[in-house]
Amino acid sequence: MAEVTQLIHEYLRHDKKFPHVLCPGCGHGILLGSLIRSVHALGIPKDDVALVAGIGCSGRVAVYVDFNTVHAVHGRALTVATGIKMAKPDMHVIVVQGDGDALSIGGNHFIHAARRNIGLTVLVLNNFIYGMTGGQCSSATPLGCWSTTTPYGQMEKSFDFVEMTRAAGANFVSRGTVFHVKTLDKLVRQALVHPGFSLVEVLTPCHTQFGRKNKFKSPVDMYQWLKKAAMPLEAYEKLDPDKRAGRIPIGVFVDNHEPALETRYAAMRAKLAKG
Amino acid sequence: MSAKRKTAAREIFALGAEAVVEGALLAGCSFYGGYPITPSSEIMEGMAERLPRTEDGVFIQMEDEIASLGACIGASLAGRKVMTATSGPGFSLMQELIGYACMIEAPLVLVNVMRGGPSTGLPTSPAQGDVQQARWGTHGDHSIIVLSATDVQDCLHMTVKAFNFAEKYRTPVILLLDEVTAHTREKITVPLAQDLEILYRLQPSMPPEWYKPFEETVRGVPPMPPLGSGYRFHVTGLTHDDHGYPTQKPDEVVAAISRQFRKIDQFFFDIQITDEFLTGDAEVGVVAYGSVARSAHLAVEQARERGIKAGLIDLKTLFPFPRAAVEGLLRRCRTVIVPEMNMGQISREVKRVNPGTSTVWTINRVDGHIITPKQILESIRKG
Ligand SMILES: Cc1ncc(C[n+]2csc(CCOP(=O)(O)OP(=O)(O)O)c2C)c(N)n1
Ligand code: SF4
Ligand SMILES: [Mg+2]
Repeated sequence: MAEVTQLIHEYLRHDKKFPHVLCPGCGHGILLGSLIRSVHALGIPKDDVALVAGIGCSGRVAVYVDFNTVHAVHGRALTVATGIKMAKPDMHVIVVQGDGDALSIGGNHFIHAARRNIGLTVLVLNNFIYGMTGGQCSSATPLGCWSTTTPYGQMEKSFDFVEMTRAAGANFVSRGTVFHVKTLDKLVRQALVHPGFSLVEVLTPCHTQFGRKNKFKSPVDMYQWLKKAAMPLEAYEKLDPDKRAGRIPIGVFVDNHEPALETRYAAMRAKLAKG
Repeated sequence: MSAKRKTAAREIFALGAEAVVEGALLAGCSFYGGYPITPSSEIMEGMAERLPRTEDGVFIQMEDEIASLGACIGASLAGRKVMTATSGPGFSLMQELIGYACMIEAPLVLVNVMRGGPSTGLPTSPAQGDVQQARWGTHGDHSIIVLSATDVQDCLHMTVKAFNFAEKYRTPVILLLDEVTAHTREKITVPLAQDLEILYRLQPSMPPEWYKPFEETVRGVPPMPPLGSGYRFHVTGLTHDDHGYPTQKPDEVVAAISRQFRKIDQFFFDIQITDEFLTGDAEVGVVAYGSVARSAHLAVEQARERGIKAGLIDLKTLFPFPRAAVEGLLRRCRTVIVPEMNMGQISREVKRVNPGTSTVWTINRVDGHIITPKQILESIRKG
């Protein structure tokens, strides 16, 4: 407990008036806690962290932490982060986005940032819904689920963030949940130090806008669902394919070490300087 | 870096687009994010070649124009002088982020080489159809600086000016060129940086714990340290208080928005650049900008040869609109002619500031061809 208090004092903004904007039971704050613990564990100075957030409930987490924080516009956080990283390659540039922000409106930027393999740590808070705007479907809303804009059920297939990011060429691709906090902390730590584009897809409950419309009685129900559905990737791979339905693999899916864009760029510049 | 120090200004034979590149590098631009589009691509290609050869220059081709401006904004926050260039379709895509840059007060230079529109329009032909979009394209009330350039040498100087204004006033500056200016090749002089006035954004003099990123100052422009320099703060497109935190309190909202206006509008005497030619005794005036101002210049000379007292104001600054200069002309002249390669965009401003002392005529051309001196001269003779 004392350690938690110490972290709160060290990393949360004292001059920012709480309470925060998130609903009771929202998972977004758990990821923020994970990020703070990870930065602390790695000993990264606060000055060296740029936290760039998209628009959505997910994007609102940035304002509370004492890093260099940038709340961008909807879908474009990765573009702003790209500019920061290329201008200051030594900074740890972390991006927090929602599922809608990252892969609906921001899909193009997401694909290209992953393809460039630029050294960003990208944390996508996937709650399967547009939380902030009142529960419209996103490109992550599962087939058949209800939202205010799919009153008869979602007919479109959802994106698989992990496979998308793998296909685009990112160095590090992983998935965790806000229920499995120890694993999440580990994934965030790995993503923070991994060179190149590093994704942690974070499954997180939004009872207010998703759960209530999809037969989850309470936020607790949603955490319980995450607990049951998620399983380590290694175990998932050993499962009989018939038994995989409803299960979600978590862990590290891609662990490559290709040079990051900023590294290639620095090498090119050094070569040009030599003449 | 080359060991040989350049000691004198150079003369080169350059496109307007290349002059923009020279101007940007002289001004200290070290970041370019862009997406190709005719007729602006030569600027991008020039930056792609030159920037990686500088000490810390970064060039990056982004996936679209939204991303280009986003990357520029990020780099600007990180302390760089940044530029992107585009044309109509790309300019439209950038509008949301232009407003974001206004709101977070990020210095940047955006060059729009105008081509015929709307939509894909006339990709390789000149136009001046984006003037009001440059002023009002992004949503919400905002103040912004819009400049233009007449010829190739001017492209260099106005680019340097654009960077200086962006830094001095912490604002996006839009440099509106047209296809003719960008694609004309002329001999120009590239001065040495040391012979130019080059401005940098104000840095905080107070320690980080005293620093408020959006605090009111005498000039209305808060100091802006680069990310990562120990001054940790929050940046958001939400209306924010002087700490940068979102606010909906009416008094804080009004204070924030009015400062953003005031910091530019109260320095109109510094920002409004006009080039006056024979306006002192003019009876027939012309107000023009961009390549059209060149035609107008010649037309005024020819009119004078014929004994007509004509004069020209070449607008280098389009917004904030140089009201004082234009109003002076309107008071002196019985007729003021506004030739433009659009259906009448700056003429709206001229009419708006007309104290009723003059008749305002327009010459409008949207067929992808330039307005000739002859066309303007004919109008002057009738004026
Ligand atoms: C250009 C633009 N379009 C739409 C919106 C409205 N909007 C704000 S947040 C949001 C969706 C957010 O969903 P997500 O990214 O999943 O974040 P969450 O709130 O679920 O964390 C939308 C559509 C906006 N701010 N900007
Ligand atoms: S609406 Fe959903 S995502 Fe937004 S704060 Fe509430 S629970 Fe979290
Ligand atoms: Mg969401």
